[in-house]
Amino acid sequence: MLTNEEVAQTIINQFGETVGEFDDPYNLLTFSTGRDHIFSLIQFLKEHKTYQVGFLTDITAVHYPDSPGREFCVVYHMHSLTNNFRVRIKVYLDADDLHVPTVIPLFMSANWMERETFDLFGVIFDGHPDLRRILNMEEMDYHPMRKEYPLEDSTREDKIDALFGR
Amino acid sequence: MASDIKLAEAPPSYDGAGFSATSFDKIIGLARANSLWPLPFATSCCGIEFMSTMASHYDLARFGSERPSFSPRQADMLLVAGTIAKKMGPILKQVYLQMAEPRWVIAIGACASSGGIFDTYSVLQGIDRIIPVDVYVPGCPPRPEQILDGVMQVQELAKNESLRRRNTEEYTKLLNSYSIQ
Amino acid sequence: MVSEELDIASRNLPAEQGPVQYVNELTTLNLGPTHPATHGIFQNILQMDGEKIVSGEQTIGYIHRAFEKIAERRPFYQITTLTDRMNYCSSPINNMGWHMTVEKLLGVEVPKRAQYIRVIMMELARLSDHLICNGILGVDTGAFTGFLYIYQEREHIYEIYEEVCGARLTTNMGRIGGMERDLSPTAIRKIKELIPRFRKVLTEFENLFNRNRIFMDRVVNVGGISAERALSYGFTGPNLRAAGVDYDVRVMNPYSSYQDFEFDIPVGQSGDTYDRFMVRNEEMWQSLRILEQAINNLPEGSYFADAPQYYLPPKQEVYQNMEALIYHFKIVMGEIDAPVGEVYHAVEGGNGELGFYLISDGGRAPYRLHFRRPCFIYYQAFPEMCKGLTLSDAIVIMSSMNVIAGELDA
Repeated sequence: MLTNEEVAQTIINQFGETVGEFDDPYNLLTFSTGRDHIFSLIQFLKEHKTYQVGFLTDITAVHYPDSPGREFCVVYHMHSLTNNFRVRIKVYLDADDLHVPTVIPLFMSANWMERETFDLFGVIFDGHPDLRRILNMEEMDYHPMRKEYPLEDSTREDKIDALFGR
Repeated sequence: MASDIKLAEAPPSYDGAGFSATSFDKIIGLARANSLWPLPFATSCCGIEFMSTMASHYDLARFGSERPSFSPRQADMLLVAGTIAKKMGPILKQVYLQMAEPRWVIAIGACASSGGIFDTYSVLQGIDRIIPVDVYVPGCPPRPEQILDGVMQVQELAKNESLRRRNTEEYTKLLNSYSIQ
Repeated sequence: MVSEELDIASRNLPAEQGPVQYVNELTTLNLGPTHPATHGIFQNILQMDGEKIVSGEQTIGYIHRAFEKIAERRPFYQITTLTDRMNYCSSPINNMGWHMTVEKLLGVEVPKRAQYIRVIMMELARLSDHLICNGILGVDTGAFTGFLYIYQEREHIYEIYEEVCGARLTTNMGRIGGMERDLSPTAIRKIKELIPRFRKVLTEFENLFNRNRIFMDRVVNVGGISAERALSYGFTGPNLRAAGVDYDVRVMNPYSSYQDFEFDIPVGQSGDTYDRFMVRNEEMWQSLRILEQAINNLPEGSYFADAPQYYLPPKQEVYQNMEALIYHFKIVMGEIDAPVGEVYHAVEGGNGELGFYLISDGGRAPYRLHFRRPCFIYYQAFPEMCKGLTLSDAIVIMSSMNVIAGELDA
């Protein structure tokens, strides 16, 4: 049985200062790293002999407009099927420099997950073969999940905002 | 046995030996109303309720919709069931344009009628933004009985429609308001 | 061979015209968004060399309803209606998954009876989902009869849903902290009657399809995928189990008392369409086993947790007790005191691991809610799975993957 502390210690031993903010909310090991090391970190976890964290569960992003320098956080959820161990890795990015290397060479499922993150948040994944919008229309010129954009379509004519409490 | 079969009511006519004379639009209306071929344009959850309507429990075929045609050219009524996103709007309009007259449109479900619970940037707030609608069936999703009621309303419309309606100025103006020529 | 005949034809032409040039051109076929009613709307642009598919490009997003953005505005219990509409063929599973995520965040412990009732509803939903998938797979190969027989059973499952929560399809079942009402005697009777009757119908369905020569010719060795490729593409659920990996969230990370039940995980070998069909059939048998165990061993007790700040207190107490009144008011107004934190919870949906990633900042609505939707992730593999096969094979593969558009686009 793998424990969070054991895996955390191994990662600290391997990556030293580049990983940090270790936590386990609701018993899921969470830590953050920098964008230059995310690929090698995921590769290390995937190819580790005992851990075999070989399943990429999810890639998504979160927008924190109130923390300057760390506005966007790309979150990777990974899972080791052989050891029943889950881990969450975060990469904080600045709003002016929104680039992260892609992990498609390691996991084919990252393709559409990264496109969705780009579509909704505008995070650019370097090395992605086909980074374009996937859920919204190609002509859309903003990234809707960012906090500054409203939920409703501002051009609709048939719903009066006053009646809906806005 | 013969009394078990329910036949459609014959319109008032002048009968004789081996013939029955009535007006064109009554006969044609009767024929159209009882053989409406639907085009199921099912996008989401209402599509599953539409499938329930087509299945054996709430059979849609007994209303004349024996052949759900997926080709617009051969369909009489367009059943739009489910949310229509803005990305899907042009496709819906193209399918509507390909249908031959006379054609009727039923908007099944709250999403097709008015956008439903999705008042968002990506959902079209009702298909009557882009195509003229004849019958709205509210519900989320509507029960199959409600969908059948909607089809029966279209049957009423088809039975009582004047033969010239599709060529009138009023109808052309309606289509022009949706920029359909 | 065709090219030789063409050569002969070109030689017979008069010299002034010269030989005719034949260029091998790929046809572009638009397997467009408007599918025959049953699959949902997503587009595949296929490049075909005659009958064989060379490559495919997919466009999705035709039903993007911005669930994640809506969820940032709604209080926790109003998001249940959103989760209904993701995989709408098995909405109770989505609902229960969301409730369990919020209960994990809030630290609410749900009593055993409520957990068993949840298991019953989730297994009924799984039956309902697999019925649609296998029935429609039959329709796509031309066999309408199986679909009609099996759809009748879905109507019986709808009757049970109506008895429990009032709705047929988009159920909004359960509450944070348990269920909204106990299973009535009618519901228990209907569930107990469903199990033997369903077994008979399922046997009939299997007799129609499992060893049917025409059906097997259409689906055996069509659209196979190896276990390594499937894992790399993020497959979960019956598609992954058909490829040979026995990953089931109910067994690996048990939730809601699944560890109390005895059931097997069916696993296929080659990951082709026939394996997916058979795995879903077998999962229905296993779901019936779980249903039987759950309904026969339903424990006594309360159907909701003792957490008055999250679950509406009983009306008697609201009328008499001041505290209960305040809790009732706060819950109905949507002001739940959620702790700050982030939680990821996964359940075994009809199509695989349905995950909810919830970040709460202490307010009444989530700060960020992300749905890990299995359909979205495994649909990427479709072009690879139908490479070199014909168009009819592509239709059958798409239908056996059980891609539900609501879950694809969210």
